[in-house]
Amino acid sequence: MSDFAVTLRDLERRFGAFVAVNRINLDVRRGEIFGFLGPNGAGKSTTIRMLCGLLEPSGGHGTVAGHDIRTQREAIKRCIGYMSQKFSLYDDLTVEENIDFYSGIYRIPKAKKAARKAWVLDMAHLQAHRHTRTGQLPGGWKQRLSLGCALLHEPQVLFLDEPTSGVDPLSRRAFWDLIYEMAGQGVTVFVTTHYMEEAEYCDRLALIYRGELVALGTPGEMKERLMTDQVLCVTCDRSHEAMGLAAAVEGVRDAALFGRDIHLMTEDAVALAPRLRRTLTEAGFEVGTVERITPSLEDVFVSLIEARDRADGAQKEFSA
Amino acid sequence: MLERLYRMLVKEFIQVLRNPRMRAVLFGMPLVQVLVIGYAVSTDVRHVALAVYDLDRTPATRDLLARFEGSGCFDIVKRIGSEAEIQDVLDSGEAKAVLRLNRGFAEDLSGGRGARAQLLLDGSDSNTASVVMSYASRLSADYNRAIMEQRFSRTAGLRLEAEPIALVSRAWFNTNLDSRNFFVPGVLAMLVAILTVILSSMSIVREREIGTMEQIMVTPIGRLEFILGKTTPFAVIGLVDVALIALLAVFWFQIPLAGNPLFLFLGTGLYLMSTLGAGLFISTVSSTQQQAMMTAFFFLLPVFMLSGFVYPIANMPEAVQWLTLLNPLRHYLVIIRGVFLKGLGPSVLWPQMLALAGLGSGMLILAAGRFRKTMV
Repeated sequence: MSDFAVTLRDLERRFGAFVAVNRINLDVRRGEIFGFLGPNGAGKSTTIRMLCGLLEPSGGHGTVAGHDIRTQREAIKRCIGYMSQKFSLYDDLTVEENIDFYSGIYRIPKAKKAARKAWVLDMAHLQAHRHTRTGQLPGGWKQRLSLGCALLHEPQVLFLDEPTSGVDPLSRRAFWDLIYEMAGQGVTVFVTTHYMEEAEYCDRLALIYRGELVALGTPGEMKERLMTDQVLCVTCDRSHEAMGLAAAVEGVRDAALFGRDIHLMTEDAVALAPRLRRTLTEAGFEVGTVERITPSLEDVFVSLIEARDRADGAQKEFSA
Repeated sequence: MLERLYRMLVKEFIQVLRNPRMRAVLFGMPLVQVLVIGYAVSTDVRHVALAVYDLDRTPATRDLLARFEGSGCFDIVKRIGSEAEIQDVLDSGEAKAVLRLNRGFAEDLSGGRGARAQLLLDGSDSNTASVVMSYASRLSADYNRAIMEQRFSRTAGLRLEAEPIALVSRAWFNTNLDSRNFFVPGVLAMLVAILTVILSSMSIVREREIGTMEQIMVTPIGRLEFILGKTTPFAVIGLVDVALIALLAVFWFQIPLAGNPLFLFLGTGLYLMSTLGAGLFISTVSSTQQQAMMTAFFFLLPVFMLSGFVYPIANMPEAVQWLTLLNPLRHYLVIIRGVFLKGLGPSVLWPQMLALAGLGSGMLILAAGRFRKTMV
């Protein structure tokens, strides 16, 4: 048995002329929490669906839990759990009926059924609501039940496609506690998200953009190694207006608002700082601090994506 | 296999039957409809509103009119006095037909010159018009005969000889040619088709739309388990409805159930294979419930029209007649009418059963083939 729960080699998926996933290579170790990040439409869900056997790859190959994603889809389905962003249990069935349904579909042995059901009810804190129609549960509870049903058959690999979208922060935190618990028990968790604080919880991250793998590494590595740009944080009044001006200052690659601060991407923060302060002050802004900060993951991703856009743009001009 | 199927069935039954409104639609509506349609739908034409434009006003015309009214086919609703009014009553729909008797009707009659009466019909409903026409010609023929007999016996003291050929018809199986006996079993077949085609056409696409399909497709459930789990509950509901409607037909409308009820269920089972197969196929090719609903509707319309339910297949162009062989309702109507009215069994109806079995398995296989456990 290999050490990898998921391996992808040149995996590709096209929809007509559109390349949704472009030659992705990845290895996910057993027991790892692997975060799959990227903006909407980057190809995250398409990749996950290929891994779960819901979509046929157009090219390349891959394995999940040691089974080939092209030829052994049914074998894969027996040892994975899947939960998508859309709530996908039956609203018109009660909590217990939903559990019984999936427990039967996964053919959990009779001796284990009761224990697994109790485990799910317990994990989702739904013991008191077992006879409630699932449709009447609040969003966060439904999400926990979904996760429970996806874990009923004790899968080796758990795929979560934006599992916490539309869930309040407290429930989201509780949800991640569950994910940690699963990983602690040796389950590999492959999760897509676009919440940056969730990305920080992952052991390793992959950033995918326009179907291509842009970066791969631990959150720490991403912040240190992959960030070629430096980040300058400026506090200033009327920051929204100031940002427009700051973006035009020479040496500023990109400007973005973070709360009331302006974050500027630049190659050389030390050189830029005095120039920037001067420009803003001359324009009548009251400038507070201007300091170089450790980039957040969000800075990293924005910077990586911008860099990719620039590279693509240059390439297009070149080929034209 | 069996555990998964069992779980699918439990789930589907809960989903269909838990909602009280859905229960009412599935079991209440068909009964109400049969009840209403059983009373309302009839091609028997009775009590046709007739206006009379009698310019002669003699005992002879009164006699003729009395015959019209006495037949039960016509009600004289108006006597009109001018040419212009003929147009008016037909336009307004006050009368479906106008009988015009010219001045000198009685004289012509007694003078042996052949009296003329004119029947003006509202032809916008061609079916009714032709029925009315045949009633009217029968009535005038009877009147002719009566006058001839009278004249012969009076003038020559002779009895009218028997006609060379006298056709005496007697309708078997439905002695009174009561169209209700013919229609109620047909309505049953239609209602069951509507119910099962629409239910099954919603089944898969509904799960796809609410997102549960994706979840099911990542489980190791088999295609056959899924398809059987989806169709069996609707087949059961269809059979229950047939039983309910048949009871209503027999005990309320006194429609004779001459054949074996068990055979009726066997035929229905075969028929449901095609309707469920068609619905399921629609469900696999549709991407929204609305689309499935529309497709189901457009599928059902020709199924009804080209089934022989109302319009006789023998009147259709030959190519269309061949086409109707692919229509499951056509075969089922033969079976259901055969069982109800003629008391037929498999020894006569086997070709229809064979056709239904073939069509049904074909459609189910087609639908199952279209169903994939992958997206797009």
